[in-house]
Amino acid sequence: MKLKRILSGVISAFLCIGMVAGCSGNDNSKSSTTKKAEAAPAASSGKTIKVGIINNDPNESGYRTANDNDLKAAFSKENGYEPTFAYGKTNDEQIAAAQKMIQDEVDYLLLSAADTAGWDTVLKDAQKAGIKVILFDRTIDADASLYEASIVSDMAKEGQTAVDWLVAQGLSEYNIIHIQGQMGTAAQKGRSGALDTTAKEKGWNIVSQQTAEWNAEKAQQIVQAAIDSGTKFNVIYAENDDMAKGAVAALDKANISHGVGKDVIVMGFDCNKWALTELLNKNWNYDGQCNPFQSSYIKDIITKLENGQKIEPKTIIMDEKGFDAATITQEDVDKYGI
Amino acid sequence: MSKLPDVNGGGSVLSRVMRNQILIPLAALFLLAIFNLIADPSFFAITLKENNMGNPVLSGQLISIIDNGSELAILAIGMTLVTASSKGQDISVGAAVAISGSVILRVLCGTDNSPETLQAPIIVAFLVAAVASMLFGAFNGVLVAYFRIQPMVATLILFTAGRSIAAWINNNQLPIAPGEEFKVFGGFIPGIPIPTPFLIAILCFIVTWAMLKFTNIGLYSQSVGINEKTARLNGLNPELIKLATYVILGLCVAVTGLIKVSRISTINYSVIAKDIEMDTILAVALGGNSLSGGKFNMAASILGAYVIQFLTTTLYKFKVPSTALPAYKAVVVIVLVVLSAPVVREKLSRLMKKIRSSKNTAENHA
Repeated sequence: MKLKRILSGVISAFLCIGMVAGCSGNDNSKSSTTKKAEAAPAASSGKTIKVGIINNDPNESGYRTANDNDLKAAFSKENGYEPTFAYGKTNDEQIAAAQKMIQDEVDYLLLSAADTAGWDTVLKDAQKAGIKVILFDRTIDADASLYEASIVSDMAKEGQTAVDWLVAQGLSEYNIIHIQGQMGTAAQKGRSGALDTTAKEKGWNIVSQQTAEWNAEKAQQIVQAAIDSGTKFNVIYAENDDMAKGAVAALDKANISHGVGKDVIVMGFDCNKWALTELLNKNWNYDGQCNPFQSSYIKDIITKLENGQKIEPKTIIMDEKGFDAATITQEDVDKYGI
Repeated sequence: MSKLPDVNGGGSVLSRVMRNQILIPLAALFLLAIFNLIADPSFFAITLKENNMGNPVLSGQLISIIDNGSELAILAIGMTLVTASSKGQDISVGAAVAISGSVILRVLCGTDNSPETLQAPIIVAFLVAAVASMLFGAFNGVLVAYFRIQPMVATLILFTAGRSIAAWINNNQLPIAPGEEFKVFGGFIPGIPIPTPFLIAILCFIVTWAMLKFTNIGLYSQSVGINEKTARLNGLNPELIKLATYVILGLCVAVTGLIKVSRISTINYSVIAKDIEMDTILAVALGGNSLSGGKFNMAASILGAYVIQFLTTTLYKFKVPSTALPAYKAVVVIVLVVLSAPVVREKLSRLMKKIRSSKNTAENHA
């Protein structure tokens, strides 16, 4: 028995090592594929800037992967930075990582919080240690004095852009299947909110409004159920590309045409490369961007702060586009696809 | 699988049926069916249509149920065996499905993310995924059987790391398999109007039935689950049997992975087969199987899986608002699970007996 216990201890130790090694191997393979970014801005001032970057799990979505790759390319050693990356699915993991980075005395703490609440204490610690905090992608419920700047996507604006586009289509009637993302997320709230408001104003008919939790397959089942029960609809408003893809699979199965000049208008979000290609092939009608390329904004802010400037206003909203199948070009696909 | 010995010597057909655990999922299915019949009989309509490829396909809510419930049913096979032998559940199946799907796409797409043609035959991709999944199954099995770690804790490792491993297999890219050929497994075989996932599930059921009929794995895993020491004294090797059940579950996972990625020709590591482990465990519980191991009824588990899908499709059909969906599901699940709990069943059957005996005495007096 004793031998077994020792053996199990050894095995679990190996497991842990294996997992860590697996992760770092992952990082290496990724950073080698990332592009060499432009010439070092900070190197000119002769010192390296220590940045601690706390992000969400890069496997979470194509958006997050693109975001992570963008940051890795921008804050590289070649560009004059000394980066530390940490990932966390929950606030606890992220806060622990932040505390460690504060102890390591980074110059800047870049944060995309998993959850909005609970950051006050650790940000105060950062402030005491003279570390400047920049929020990206997600906001938090904390006093604005605790961070220097916040770079965000305005999800409500993304939704509004999409809904405005839908209004401009001037359909004789609107029967919409609305497939929602994970309830309570910022993306879901913003994108649902815009549609809800406009639908009420214009008297649009939302025939089905359900959450597929960002899951293509669930979206397929929702649309399938609507088709099977004989519901009439001519618009599918899916809050991300995956779910739009699932919805389209159900349409294909039932031989319902979709796309430019067809029976059903298909709308998605996030601008995955394959989704934009669907637009280019006129199988879908609209795709809204959720810009994952925040590094240029962050660099801009760091340069300003290094020069002793103040960032006013603190909240910076990124430019985000909406693509129409009628006007999209191959160039757009290459440039904005993630 | 095993017919209970007739303790009472005879007994009415009713009491025999009452004691059979398949009654629970059957009753649940019946209730759901009645509810739908009253609310909207068109729920049961099945029509033959053509899809966009010009192939004949059956469509209707019932077809959706047997289509989408198939993955769950296939996983329920493996989970039932694992539960029986190791007195615990594998909570890593969702993550393992992600790995299996990722391996399939990796082999099919090679290094390119969206190749023009398939880079390898689908059967090769599936076999590689099957080997990978069975290895991961064996990994769980070794931890449980030889190191005697609680199944839930042992599989927690893969539960946590699995989706990251899946992403790592494809360098964090999201490959897309080209062509219509691969879509067959999650769609329809040209000319056959029945959804392929259901056909695959039927094949799995036949194989399982044969396995339980012609090998001793069913008997062995039950006896290991009931009493490991006695099983060992009778010349069985409990560790090996536990390991075998985890490997079988691995194979079920590989089949599920194939269907899942075939449905949409691509993968999303964080949401593919999300929470499917919970539904699988629920299917086993709904089948009236004890989650603490021992005796099992495979048919009841499989039926349990389809009941869960029946419920899901019903909720979609009635367009239950997103915010209320989990609450509805929870209420139904609570009722079903409480009804299937052994304690409640025993009480119920005792109640039935009392009613009958009082009726008998009344008759005797008359």
